[in-house]
Amino acid sequence: MDAILQPVANFFGPIWPLVWSLAKIVVLLIPLMLGVAYMTYAERKIIGFMQVRIGPNRVGPLGLLQPIADALKLLFKEVIMPRGASKGLYVLGPILAIAPSLAAWAVIPFADGVVIANVNAGLLYLLAITSVEVYGIIVAGWASNSKYAFLGAMRASAQMVSYEVSLGFALICVLLISSSLNLSDIVSSQGTGWGASHGVGFLSWNWLPLLPMFLVYLISGIAETNRAPFDVVEGEAEIVAGHMVEYSGMAFAMFFLAEYANMILVSTMTALLFLGGWLSPVGFLPDGFHWLALKTAFFLFVFLWVRATFPRFRYDQIMRLGWKVFIPITLVWVIVVAVWLMSPLSIWK
Amino acid sequence: MEFKTVVFYFLAAILVLAALRVITARNPVHAVLFLVLAFFNAGGIWMLLGAEFLAITLVMVYVGAVMVLFLFVVMMLDIDFARLRDGFWSYFPVGALIGVLLAFEMILVLGSTRFGFEAFPVADPAADFSNTRELGLVLYTEYVYPFELASLVLLVAMIGAVSLTLRKRRASKYVQPSAQVAVHREGRVELVKMAAEKDEPTAAEAAAATDNPASAPGATAKN
Repeated sequence: MDAILQPVANFFGPIWPLVWSLAKIVVLLIPLMLGVAYMTYAERKIIGFMQVRIGPNRVGPLGLLQPIADALKLLFKEVIMPRGASKGLYVLGPILAIAPSLAAWAVIPFADGVVIANVNAGLLYLLAITSVEVYGIIVAGWASNSKYAFLGAMRASAQMVSYEVSLGFALICVLLISSSLNLSDIVSSQGTGWGASHGVGFLSWNWLPLLPMFLVYLISGIAETNRAPFDVVEGEAEIVAGHMVEYSGMAFAMFFLAEYANMILVSTMTALLFLGGWLSPVGFLPDGFHWLALKTAFFLFVFLWVRATFPRFRYDQIMRLGWKVFIPITLVWVIVVAVWLMSPLSIWK
Repeated sequence: MEFKTVVFYFLAAILVLAALRVITARNPVHAVLFLVLAFFNAGGIWMLLGAEFLAITLVMVYVGAVMVLFLFVVMMLDIDFARLRDGFWSYFPVGALIGVLLAFEMILVLGSTRFGFEAFPVADPAADFSNTRELGLVLYTEYVYPFELASLVLLVAMIGAVSLTLRKRRASKYVQPSAQVAVHREGRVELVKMAAEKDEPTAAEAAAATDNPASAPGATAKN
């Protein structure tokens, strides 16, 4: 590998680190965007099957080219700007929506050592970047100068700020027991313990000792990505897609890309933090990226499953669940885990 | 020029410009968004200094939470821009005086020989140096009392804000979630058995009735 890279590095000279980083970003983003495209296909197919329909089946074999056709259609559509819109911010909205959901992938490890930036404060970085995501929605909703869009933006900011708190507390529990903010270390710390040494590694993953936090994280993740049943931000039956109502063409598609990239991000995070990432569940099978992919796919399926199963929450019920149920649970559990960690009964020493 | 220096001047230039736009922007929403940009660049400069914990916390706390609520409020307010600009020149001398004073004090402190790179040599951190860990260790051992005191002040401020703004509204309708969950069908719907009141159907009507057994009589809903 080094022998191939060295002449290329010499060719670029001092800007080589920049070029090398860009190359890594491209290698990450292309599969991610393909994943997003086929996530929309999977969503339509799976929900179709759950509702005893066929789903897309016209474009290509089994409808497999449908996402490509959709993307092309959106690319060629005109981006309409309302006359009363705030011009600069109207364009900035979709960009602000998609940028954090892609930037967050910089610290996600895919296997042992396979990560763009192996920073020590990786988990903090993720928390910071995901908390910025809300700006895209607020800015888009305000700049559209439309009642529905503004209502959507208001709901989004209230909802995302509320669920971030319980999300953060759930993460604090994880970093308490793994005593590291580095995502690679968090995964490798789940590979030690009673279960791992007895060939049943899945028993020493974080989901078991942190079961309430695991569930809170998953549900808050669904709320944070504004997916059904917490999708009052879009609320297509009441505020006709909320912040996206005035957008068309590629600007509209950017919001969709951001939403699906966020879904994949939350699923990967859940797999890394609670289900041992790339670690194998049993001793006789080797670890590897395929385990992470499988676990992520499972959580993505849960996202779709939940969407097809539950009706939309009423807005005050969403707020109640966030503030009056999840935050007290997580607050108490942080203290429980901290006490457990320092007590003689601790299983993490 | 070193690459790091280029990055520093890039971030610093955007930071200064954004900070200027915060006070010159006509629209308050734009001003808030420029403040967000300023926070981001300040975070970038801290990152450049190797203070990654502080940088990320700045983005997380200020950009992710405080400014979102700021934006929320500014968007909801009905602001009269003309009145906002009123009296700018009458306040200008006082503001300028304070600004000059602040700049003078900063020059006095930062420009002195006791606050330069010579006075505080930059320690060369080890390879596995973790900013977060070091900060946590110092914060919870050496400075634990000031730290706890600060948290207490924040708690008091929080309770104060809640108690100042909390007012009971008589008109608001309240739902009890536990009462909602505890609802059973028996409490809402009563099924009443009723005798059929129809005349004997003719043969044709009977055949039609067996084809279409829906809308069975006998169930009445009561709320």
